Amino acid sequence: MSAIPILHRIDGVDREAVAFELDGRPCTALEGDTVLTAILTQGTRLRQAEFSGTPRAGFCLMGACQDCWVQLVDGERLRACTTFVEPGMRVRTGAPR
Amino acid sequence: MTTKTFVIVGAGPAGMRAAEQLVAAGQRPVVIDEAQRFGGQIYRQPPAVMQRERRDLYGFEVGRAAAVLDRFESLLPHIDYRPNTLVWQVEANTLQLLHAGRTHALPFDALILATGATDRVLPFPGWTLPGVTTLGAAQVALKYQACLIGPRVVFAGTGPLLYLVAWQYASHGGQVAAVLDSAPASAKLRAAPRMLARPAVAAKGAYFLARLRLAGVPLHGGVSLLKAEGSERVTALTWRANGVTHTTACDAIGVGHGLRAETQLADLAGCAFDHDAIDQAWLPTRDAAGRSSVRGVYLAGDGAGILGADAAELSGARAALAALEDLVQPTAMGRAAQIERETTAHITFRRGLETAFALPTRWATEAPDDLIVCRCEEITAGELRACVRDTGARELNRLKALTRIGMGRCQGRMCAPAAARLLADAAGCELKEVGRLRGQAPIKPLPISLLHDRAPSTVVPEDEDD
Repeated sequence: MSAIPILHRIDGVDREAVAFELDGRPCTALEGDTVLTAILTQGTRLRQAEFSGTPRAGFCLMGACQDCWVQLVDGERLRACTTFVEPGMRVRTGAPR
Repeated sequence: MTTKTFVIVGAGPAGMRAAEQLVAAGQRPVVIDEAQRFGGQIYRQPPAVMQRERRDLYGFEVGRAAAVLDRFESLLPHIDYRPNTLVWQVEANTLQLLHAGRTHALPFDALILATGATDRVLPFPGWTLPGVTTLGAAQVALKYQACLIGPRVVFAGTGPLLYLVAWQYASHGGQVAAVLDSAPASAKLRAAPRMLARPAVAAKGAYFLARLRLAGVPLHGGVSLLKAEGSERVTALTWRANGVTHTTACDAIGVGHGLRAETQLADLAGCAFDHDAIDQAWLPTRDAAGRSSVRGVYLAGDGAGILGADAAELSGARAALAALEDLVQPTAMGRAAQIERETTAHITFRRGLETAFALPTRWATEAPDDLIVCRCEEITAGELRACVRDTGARELNRLKALTRIGMGRCQGRMCAPAAARLLADAAGCELKEVGRLRGQAPIKPLPISLLHDRAPSTVVPEDEDD
């Protein structure tokens, strides 16, 4: 995984921490983060494309492009830009380990 | 007094002002909002747990934003406001809603569609890479999540949003590596007379440009985007202007070429469409008051045609007055006439914008064969051209059936403007001749568990006695 994430916080960080799991690693997000924000403030991909296997990280952030559906370890899928991260969520992006 | 079921879909500037008029007339409208908080995209509010200054969120528009948001907030006791709710189907004066994982029907007497817009994007190689987002997305990250894409970011494409977002990033500490406009600088001069229909807005645009220059941000016009470089994420953007190829190192790219109206619900409601020369898209037809071709269905805001947030407030209020006139009794008709007069300046200004930020005319001809056009199904420009050549397809839905373009999860929201242009170019016809993708329910993906919930009402065929 690339060292530089896609998203960078500039403000509004005075919030409760939310512990979740990203590709098997324990991670921390903030209450009010979308799943997309929780992942892309520490990584560079949400999923891989079904056909080419290339990495994807969302595109519109407003629930229109459907490019940010991520999978949870239990098989549930959710749209990362419109779903808030929850404590204990276990996300799997398919990133190389 | 007669009480009817007025339903507004969308809680942006148009939806909020429509609700205000209905409440003023003694009605209690239902306002359905896909978002968690009202405001739409332009006045999108951060989650309640995040404390942010409104001036920081809305900049120059803080006065307008505060006025409409506070007004709507004060109306909440008089409105049936339903956030986190998706309308996924319209048929026979009934909406199908999805909320908290369950679906239910909502019948209406009048429906005001204020469904807004998303970025219109003309794709370029590498646009699916992590780090490449729409201009709107770059703004959502900032307003809704207090994040910037980056750290080094190039803003590209064209349209007023290009310079606004670039300035928002620069003024929030973002490292703007370049602003690359596909329209040439000369186009701005040609557009000036019409842009002066709204001098204050034109002045703001000039201000953003001046401040970006002052901040040392490289600004270029007449740019073609050649490739977003990188494999795991974007690392650079290669582009061309005046015959010279450049590569700008960056960690993110925000791209957009104006806006695209969200018209799926109008389509499902049965509204007639016509090709609009300004938006270069098929739009639901409406009269000056916002009446669609379908009785009881009204259209307002950017979802009916791109005119911007200020015009959306006007058209939202006007559509509500039309619905009241049609269903209850004429009310505030003086105000209605005034709104229609005010709207003409917005239309003139919009024509100016389309000149100033003209779409690249040779985009379809120059798109390489291996360009991914459809992000969902990864259909390339070459596959579309081959289909046109081999089958003679000349209509967009035919092209969809044959190639799966527009058949993916986004239902063509992201690729349709590009696909239509490629089809017209390959078939040698006008853009409007290739038609438009038909709307399909559900307009967004639904959880499959809903089918289980709905099974009892759907297993019995209606024509059982035949």
